[in-house]
Amino acid sequence: MFDAVIIGAGVTGCAVARFLSSYQGSFCVMERTEDVCSGTSKANSAIIHAGFDAAHGSLMAKYNILGNQMYPQLAKDLDFAYKNNGSLVLALHEEDIPKLEALKENGIKNGVKDLEIVDRKRLKELEPAVGHVPVAALYAPTAGIVCPFGATIALAENAYANGVEFRFNTEVKGVTPTTDDEGNPCWAIQTRDGAVLTRTVINAAGVYADVIHNMVSSEKIHIFPRRGDYLLLDRRTGGYVKHTVFQVPGKLGKGVLVSPTVHGNTIIGPTAEDIYDKEGVDTTSEGFDDLMAKAGLAFDDLPLREVITSFAGLRAHEANHDFILGEVSDAPGFFDCAGIESPGLTAAPAIGKDIAAQVAEKLSLAPNKDFNPLRKGFTDPKSMTVEEYAQLIREKPEFGRIVCRCEQVSEGEILEAIRRPLGAKSLDGVKRRVRAGMGRCQAGFCSPRIMDILAEEWNVDVADITKSGGRSEVIVGFVKDRV
Amino acid sequence: MERKLYNLIVIGGGPAGLAAAAAAWDAGERSILILERDTRLGGILNQCIHNGFGLHTFQEELTGPEYAQRFIDQVEEKGIACKLDTMVLSVAEGEDGSKEVTAVNEKDGLLLLRAKALVLAMGCRERSRGALNIPGFRPAGIFSAGTAQRLVNIEGYLPGRRVVILGSGDIGLIMARRMTLEGAKVLVCAELMPYSGGLKRNIVQCLDDFGIPLKLSHTVVRIEGKERVEGVVIAQVGPDRKPIPGTEEHYDCDTLLLSVGLLPENELTIGLGADISRITNGPVVNESLETSVPGVFAAGNVLHVHDLVDYVSEEAQLAGKKAAEYIAACGDAMSASASGKERIPVEFEGGIRYTVPSMIDPDRIDGWLKIRFRVGDVMTSRKVVLSLNGQPALTKKRRVMAPGEMEELVLTRKLLDAYSSLESVKISIEEDQ
Repeated sequence: MFDAVIIGAGVTGCAVARFLSSYQGSFCVMERTEDVCSGTSKANSAIIHAGFDAAHGSLMAKYNILGNQMYPQLAKDLDFAYKNNGSLVLALHEEDIPKLEALKENGIKNGVKDLEIVDRKRLKELEPAVGHVPVAALYAPTAGIVCPFGATIALAENAYANGVEFRFNTEVKGVTPTTDDEGNPCWAIQTRDGAVLTRTVINAAGVYADVIHNMVSSEKIHIFPRRGDYLLLDRRTGGYVKHTVFQVPGKLGKGVLVSPTVHGNTIIGPTAEDIYDKEGVDTTSEGFDDLMAKAGLAFDDLPLREVITSFAGLRAHEANHDFILGEVSDAPGFFDCAGIESPGLTAAPAIGKDIAAQVAEKLSLAPNKDFNPLRKGFTDPKSMTVEEYAQLIREKPEFGRIVCRCEQVSEGEILEAIRRPLGAKSLDGVKRRVRAGMGRCQAGFCSPRIMDILAEEWNVDVADITKSGGRSEVIVGFVKDRV
Repeated sequence: MERKLYNLIVIGGGPAGLAAAAAAWDAGERSILILERDTRLGGILNQCIHNGFGLHTFQEELTGPEYAQRFIDQVEEKGIACKLDTMVLSVAEGEDGSKEVTAVNEKDGLLLLRAKALVLAMGCRERSRGALNIPGFRPAGIFSAGTAQRLVNIEGYLPGRRVVILGSGDIGLIMARRMTLEGAKVLVCAELMPYSGGLKRNIVQCLDDFGIPLKLSHTVVRIEGKERVEGVVIAQVGPDRKPIPGTEEHYDCDTLLLSVGLLPENELTIGLGADISRITNGPVVNESLETSVPGVFAAGNVLHVHDLVDYVSEEAQLAGKKAAEYIAACGDAMSASASGKERIPVEFEGGIRYTVPSMIDPDRIDGWLKIRFRVGDVMTSRKVVLSLNGQPALTKKRRVMAPGEMEELVLTRKLLDAYSSLESVKISIEEDQ
């Protein structure tokens, strides 16, 4: 019997797990895929929103503001990449300036600090790369950028270190109310390994949150996957844009943003297209054309020939466009974290903290006296001085062997990505932890070596190594094996 | 920390680096260090197990590893120092004009080096799917042709059983044959352009001989399969290279190989601050194959992508020799640059995309200089005209010219000596009536 089972190891589920681990109890995260951060959390803008956009009075607004305020300290405690770079919303036309005013007003009501409308001259000072079209902007100095993989993995590792169990490749097939041996109500979670009993359930299942919710509640919800295409530019473009640059929002969300990433790439996206397939992360040429055209309104000379990859993510869009949070009225002990779309990444720590507190109150959980709020990140030679790096290689020579040449990632870092708790099992798992394969050659040179390291570390046949779990084996066999 | 000084550091131990180091030795230089990131010398040739290498250099048909071995033997006989499994992290210009090289390996740890001269020979990498903006899912089973070549020829792994190839670059063509021989079915090779990007002999020997269709003016418009590739859709493109609706054809396959271009790998060069050509993506060089940073030379695919390794070796020998001359002219005073003189730009017209070198000092050309270039489109019945001081000095007839085949013109001492003062050099392509 668990005190809580969290369904979904995305950023929201991992945040709930991490904050729950500050209480005494037995907690388990169940994840459908082979790794944390495999759904919406891995494919988004990686933005920490200031909070001026969400409708005043909405849960989105509340948790956006709270999450935004939590990130700087959380990034320090859990040692993941975060940068407070500020954001700009561009008005592309004089007529749009009242929309900036309205956003600013909404932001002030939401509690966003230091919002300022800047004229074109000041805009050019703040963001010299801005093109000839924009006339003014809303400047939000409290906005930031984060590594979404880094944040999710950090939350998960810290939860694990504080006693939370993680079960991967564990799809939840059913959630039913039942009672324990003493007749107390609890929940039975059906998986392919049988039923697991838990006193509470936290539904953090992303685009599948409606499926899970509708298993227990008569008040049905519906999550529409809203696809967004992105383009990622080479790190060579680092510094082209300093702030996260939005355009005045249109009917389908926030429009196209151009932003630096914490690792020095430039990201452009997303498009917005409602689809039916909850796995429909395929990009479209129309999407790419749309991105390039819209981004071109903000910048005259975007280095689009430096695109190194493109991808699509699915926002878990709920019909009322707000988060659905808290205990479900007709399902006591079942807590929703549903409809977590933008600003979900920003809001996740605040949602996690709040939902954990609600669960703890429900179960009268005592504080975990041994809770360690700190987590040490991956060894990062790039952040070291020459002397420190030289010393590291003397102690651990594997850090001197570069495997990924584009991102200069050593064998030592890759081994660490695999050997740490909740370690990487696939090429994408390694990539998301230590960036091997994330660079301009897109794993062309390093993937054969990383496959071999993964096979050796997990003691499996290299033909079983996958790109991202499931049936995504990289190779199909051996030469002449059927000749 | 103190940096260890070598006269010449060669970055890269592939065909270019090996030939450059050997030539520098032959020119009298003895303080040479080759830095190679792989565990063995030879570079990409080690995975090119097919034959056809060395016809120009050795008048023999060698495999890639055999060709490489000829140069590895030279380097070993001379006793030139090499550090393998060593990654160069950065290159910078020191205050005294020396080049500071920071590298790393397991054995030595962080290597802080400096050199009077450098030869850049880092080679190139393949353009990836991401750089092409091919829409669709991102499953396993999409490989650049060179990655597939490594998996098959070095590791013994089979990347897939039913294969579609996008792009008709030479590695893609070679892999069409290799995958077939290893037991896979290659369904089609699609090429966006109306002509192939590879050598004619590879189209004949690797596609035609195995009955693999080459579809020109076609591209991949969709990749299917969420976990592993399950199919691709190919469509014909119009003159604007945009897919023509209604021409889509579906192929059931588990693998997509990409052979869509090579990019010189110049991150170190950019870090050093050398000028880079937007056309070749390699450094801008003069007749000595010296970059805009004095004492830094470049050769091989890092400079511009070659079709034949023989030309890489020849080019690299020039870079090595000139690097040795530069070092000899330096003496002990690192600041005494061998460069500085205003050079004559190599002008071009008539469909030429670039030339290497792009500027020359005739006084620094010893016996002859090969000016290499590529054209931007397929052309027939042409002549290549070299004009010196506005006067045609050399004409070469070319029945067919194609972007996939590198062209060259030889500028000889004899030609140059006919002009007491050379003011302009121009290469043009004209109709040959």
